Amino acid sequence: MRAQRVAAIVLRQFYLMRGSPARVVPLFAWVAIDMVLWGFITTYLNAVTASGFNFVPVLLGAVLLWDFFIRVMQGVTMAFFEDVWSRNFLNLFATPISIAEYLGGLVLSSIATSTLALAVMLALATAAFGLSFLVYGLLLIPFLLVLFLSGIALGIFSSAVVLRLGPAAEWFIWPIPAILSPFAAVFYPLSTLPRWMQYVGRLLPPSYVFEGMRAIIGGGTASGTGLAVGAGLAVLCILLACQFFAHIYWHAVRAGLIARYSAETLN
Amino acid sequence: MRTSKPLPDRAGAATTPVLAVTALRKEYGTLAAVDGISFQVGRNEIVGLLGPNGAGKTTTINMILGVLAPTAGTIHIEDIDLATQRSRALARTNFAAVYAPLPGNLTVYQNLRVFGLLYGVPRLAQRIEVVIEQFALQPFRNTKCGVLSSGEQTRVGLAKAMLNAPRLLLLDEPTASLDPAAARDVRARIRELAARDTGGALWTSHNMYEVEEVCDRVLFLSRGKILLEGDPKTLPAAHGRRTLEELFIAVAREPLTLTGG
Repeated sequence: MRAQRVAAIVLRQFYLMRGSPARVVPLFAWVAIDMVLWGFITTYLNAVTASGFNFVPVLLGAVLLWDFFIRVMQGVTMAFFEDVWSRNFLNLFATPISIAEYLGGLVLSSIATSTLALAVMLALATAAFGLSFLVYGLLLIPFLLVLFLSGIALGIFSSAVVLRLGPAAEWFIWPIPAILSPFAAVFYPLSTLPRWMQYVGRLLPPSYVFEGMRAIIGGGTASGTGLAVGAGLAVLCILLACQFFAHIYWHAVRAGLIARYSAETLN
Repeated sequence: MRTSKPLPDRAGAATTPVLAVTALRKEYGTLAAVDGISFQVGRNEIVGLLGPNGAGKTTTINMILGVLAPTAGTIHIEDIDLATQRSRALARTNFAAVYAPLPGNLTVYQNLRVFGLLYGVPRLAQRIEVVIEQFALQPFRNTKCGVLSSGEQTRVGLAKAMLNAPRLLLLDEPTASLDPAAARDVRARIRELAARDTGGALWTSHNMYEVEEVCDRVLFLSRGKILLEGDPKTLPAAHGRRTLEELFIAVAREPLTLTGG
């Protein structure tokens, strides 16, 4: 793997973002709106329930972590879509870049953009609504790591779907996090779900993060085994997503779709 | 009939061909877009790949660029097998095509920098200045490629193609949107490149005057097969035609009458 070629993808993304409000503002605008909305909802819930239960770390913390997962995923897909929108596949894949280098560039771009989003969310949630991440302790690090790996895996998988189905398939990609969220137990324990949904939820790495987060808030401890399973599943998802992307890419090379990507199919 | 010309073997140049294509075939279902063609591009040689629309020229170029997998056959770039050592082989190539403009949302400089990194160009900053000057792109250095005229975009594409001083340069109708003066400059530039270094070029064009001026050898492709091969200056007379354009039209309309030579 050549670092220079990975850097080229990151640099391209940097050039595009620099001086482009249309690309920069969405990085933190939606997550900021989510923080404000859920911040007030949790404040209201704290006021009306009078149970002494603090909804802020449970609900606002969950929204923040889930938004981080989405930003990581979209960090990958947005960088990939730049090549779709500028019809750049022929130029790009005729260079010596390998699939691993290309995906590496997308992942690094995503790290930069999702870190920015995370910083904005943390600042808002802490300053405006008193959400303290100290409550999660050092486990915040594995929480973020599992969500980061899961977001990367979903981003690569989504990019492969668009590479296979064509530019219009972009609209399949945006709702994926919303479809996953009921299964990932973002706002409620997995046990709340019907059994078949629980089985699906256990296959999703983020569900282990949210279960762990609620356990800590409830005064208990997060399951180390659960987090290890979540991390293992996330790594497996990344490997499968990379394999899927490579499979789709080589299919496109055999079918001639890289050179005629905008046609979507050769029929 | 296929006439052949020995590959140029100038003093000091390596003897391996820059490009060796063997029994290359691409099928789409039952249609053979490219039907078992073999040819080479030698050192310091510019080979014209000619043929009517749909003859298989762009399919051939796409296979050499590694963006289209052949159904059968091999492609070696400086003896490096494209199928097994893709990155090494592609680091020695570059291309310009009228249908592959660089991203319009990046400036000329930004595109050259990104593609320079992708091709692993040493002393990139210096090299970018050289190609910017070669293709008279100084006024557009910080202009987004999308707002350039088609001729200016073509020059940017050519600058990108020259950035890594490729051993094998693939040019698919590179002068199609250039004015005659700019086209002449580009032809001179490509000839210079072929003469100076140990590289070679594969050139497609529908401008027979240009082909005759630039190419050392031409391959006529029709229905995925190489029908004729030879020196563009002598080939028409050898087939009873006055000009290369007449020969081209004959190949396009009646390929079967020419196969016997």
